[in-house]
Amino acid sequence: MKELMKGNEAFAEAAIRAGCRFFAGYPITPQSEVLEYLSRRMPEVGGVFIQSESELAGISMVYGAAAAGFRAMTSSSGPGYSLLQEGISYIASAELPCVVMDVMRYGSGLGDIFTGQSDYWQAVYNGGHGDYRTIVYAPSSVQEMADLTVMAFGKAEERRNPVTILSDASISQMMAPVELPAMACHDPDAPAWALKGKGNGHFKRHTSVMYYMNEYDGYVRAKYEKIEKEDQRWESLETEDAEIVLVAYGISSRICEEAMRSARAQGRRVGLIRPISLYPYPVNAFDGLAPRAFLSVEMSALGQMARDVALACGMRAPVYSMLGGTRLYSCSDVEARIGEILGAAHGAF
Amino acid sequence: MAMLRPRACSAETKYCPGCGHGIANRILAEVLEESGRDKRAIGAIGVGCSSLMPDTFDIDCVQAPHGRAAAVAVGLKRCRPDCAVFAYQGDGDALAIGLSETMWAAIRNERITVIFVNNGTFGMTGGQMAPTTLEGQKTSTTPMGRDAGATGRPLDIIKILRGLDIAYLARGSLSGSADIATAKKYLMSAFDAQDAGYGYSFVEMLSPCPTNWGMSPSDAMKHINGVVRQTYPTGEFLRGGGNE
Repeated sequence: MKELMKGNEAFAEAAIRAGCRFFAGYPITPQSEVLEYLSRRMPEVGGVFIQSESELAGISMVYGAAAAGFRAMTSSSGPGYSLLQEGISYIASAELPCVVMDVMRYGSGLGDIFTGQSDYWQAVYNGGHGDYRTIVYAPSSVQEMADLTVMAFGKAEERRNPVTILSDASISQMMAPVELPAMACHDPDAPAWALKGKGNGHFKRHTSVMYYMNEYDGYVRAKYEKIEKEDQRWESLETEDAEIVLVAYGISSRICEEAMRSARAQGRRVGLIRPISLYPYPVNAFDGLAPRAFLSVEMSALGQMARDVALACGMRAPVYSMLGGTRLYSCSDVEARIGEILGAAHGAF
Repeated sequence: MAMLRPRACSAETKYCPGCGHGIANRILAEVLEESGRDKRAIGAIGVGCSSLMPDTFDIDCVQAPHGRAAAVAVGLKRCRPDCAVFAYQGDGDALAIGLSETMWAAIRNERITVIFVNNGTFGMTGGQMAPTTLEGQKTSTTPMGRDAGATGRPLDIIKILRGLDIAYLARGSLSGSADIATAKKYLMSAFDAQDAGYGYSFVEMLSPCPTNWGMSPSDAMKHINGVVRQTYPTGEFLRGGGNE
């Protein structure tokens, strides 16, 4: 049976059903529904909810909970997500699992609370210090929010690495019917890394794993190469015969899909690649495609994802950007841009 | 008399000669083992000289980000309420960058034990001014001596924590055998308060840093007893099921 939920609530409930029993977080728009929902839901399932004094403290609490073997998470938005980077680096360095959601709003500094996609660089290329990556999933619907959240907890444990859900104000605030996952059980005593006191055995310590490795450089390279090879996720729509392939994630991919359908109805051969994993970037989605142009569409003024598109397609065709920061684009704007690009490519369209 | 080393102190420490951290590690290990808590203890270890501890201290632990040991300990304790959870931090960690985490763990009366080693300086980074540096004390960032007019007065965290509804609060000193024995009793009382479910416990230990004080180990001990204690008086300040 489907339930009508906000994206933020679907994230919170899916996490509970994935066995998450620890949440520590701080209020920030447009993410606060996660705290509000979990403040009542966590106690119902015997879990821990803490409204932390800051994001710095919140992610550190998550670090402690993850070290104890619990499925643990936090969530924030841009300014707070910046503060989470310290702890994310520590958790990645200690190879512990956790899930972090960033509900993107637009802008640097205080910015504003309307939707945006300007945290791509911070999420995908790490706001934290050092040699690590976080696996990043970008949902484009409330249903996908629930599905990716469940997947994120499993993937975090499989790879022993933080996983980021990179949402945006639109996906997190929209309401839609969602099929929630079944309630799963997670045994916090089961993971090999779970601290519970050494008992009669050997003690365990969680710190940067590099201290206890002879060949760390090669190890960490191999770890992320494996993720890049095996964990790419994307959706391709009508790309095979496309003259122009749009590339967009999250809320922008929904605008692009509508623009693509509308353009197709008018006989224009338009396709769409929708990256679901932003790290690893789905470079395989671009294999064998030979359009006249790629168009990266994103709600950032500087074109944060566009250069990943250029790398992924090997510049076999020109890569254009459609950007929106404080000014957001609509479906008809994207269609107009498609016309401009193909017109330029053909001389006339 | 045979001196048995606690099992948790499995190797020689990496601290400088005359450092108080080795003493603090030792009495912590003794307290945990004498009470059988070593089997269910988990530490959140601070950054700075404290971060040398996990290499030679065989107790389950997490290396916390700088200043966040109390928050990491909160995550551990809330998940593992039957474990004896402690944070082990220096003065830069607990009172400068981590003052917020220190205060809020106390304000929420979290059932953790914070062990705070106060040597009045940022030891690991080369002896810069700490919140606890004494007035007039020369450090690598107060070359003319700490000027309270510009940097504020030395921070006495006990004065602040005393006003909160917490379970146990004490300040000991590592500057002599009788004081060390007393500090050990404070530690035991702090863990007892945690186990009894009373809430937050905090034990400060005045600790010598001969390297950055520019003193011999024995002179550093004398300096604590003759000078440091005038700013930071020792004793038990709160005991029992909350603020009395």
